[in-house]
Amino acid sequence: MSVFFLLFIEFFKTGLFAIGGGLATLPFLYEMADKYTWFDEAILTDMIAISESTPGPIGVNMATYAGYSAGHMQAGIGGGILGAALATIGLIMPSIIIILIVARFLKRFRDNKLVNDAFFMLRPAVTGLIASACFTIIQTSLFQIPAFQASGNLWDVFILPSIILFAVLFAASNIWKKLHPIVFIAAAAVAGILLKL
Amino acid sequence: MKKDGYLDLFLTFARIGGLTFGGGYAMLPMLQKEVVESKAWASEEELLDYYAVGQCTPGIIAVNVATFIGNKLKGTLGGIAATLGVVAPSFVIILVLAAAIHNFADNEYVRHALAGIRVAVAVLVVNAVIGLWKKGVKGIAGVIAFSAVFLISVFFAVSPIWIVLAAIVIGIIYGQVFKAREEKS
Repeated sequence: MSVFFLLFIEFFKTGLFAIGGGLATLPFLYEMADKYTWFDEAILTDMIAISESTPGPIGVNMATYAGYSAGHMQAGIGGGILGAALATIGLIMPSIIIILIVARFLKRFRDNKLVNDAFFMLRPAVTGLIASACFTIIQTSLFQIPAFQASGNLWDVFILPSIILFAVLFAASNIWKKLHPIVFIAAAAVAGILLKL
Repeated sequence: MKKDGYLDLFLTFARIGGLTFGGGYAMLPMLQKEVVESKAWASEEELLDYYAVGQCTPGIIAVNVATFIGNKLKGTLGGIAATLGVVAPSFVIILVLAAAIHNFADNEYVRHALAGIRVAVAVLVVNAVIGLWKKGVKGIAGVIAFSAVFLISVFFAVSPIWIVLAAIVIGIIYGQVFKAREEKS
């Protein structure tokens, strides 16, 4: 199957099932990283940084970037642009269709007991899904399991400078909560160059 | 007619999309200013309704809200115009950045910078999960649901689609059982 058709279908599914905003698309993107060769987990983490530092909805940023990467692999820059367009349209299409339907009976939808019941379990489940994506991010950015498997030395699992940087940034982001994420991303980029991460 | 036309919808939402960093929730103040105060396309209360429903329907919150407002003003095509507007700036910006990154990814400094940035992303996502936990994980049932989903998706390759569907079904069954019990007692 053509990569472009697949991109559209995969992002359509993401748009249909990612409930609760931008980060809810993460578990779907990590599944795609597993299933296809369009992008890997490290690139996905870069995509999150780019999305946090540029305007617009995070989900759209992700679709555009992922679509570009996958299309570019297949057919250069033109393919990248086509892939980005198809992934983005795929992602937003279910929203448009569903909202146009829901808009007709907005009040009844909001006060519907079944909807509220579903959300009682959906909220913790989506949080669990995002937490497991978070687990993957921590695994790839703070630990290096392949190095440990090669040397057998447990100490090699930990990327110590990264773990220290994590602790510092975590503390700083909880002290200065009002600071824009882009500040921490920029600081981490400088630290990465200085520490040769 | 001209003033509230499709182009106006598209441009207004393009401005909102291009000026909000950080996605859905960051967009609310911008929407209040543009849509409620300066254009009077919707009342404050309507906007909050759209937001509430936009959160619990699939897809991106900002897109959902844009579709609602566009649809309210100009019907289906208006919904599409507003949605394309909110998406357009990110699309262009990310395309340019993506092309640039593909050309610079092999540079040594860029690689070190990206390794550092990944650590910052880990911090940001951990903070987001803590925030979501505080807002959405309520009671023992919530903690069990969270833990079960977390463990299942870390250790098994289960598609998030099945987890979302299962959560909806279990939530509805749980709601029915509890409501029945409350009515009895």
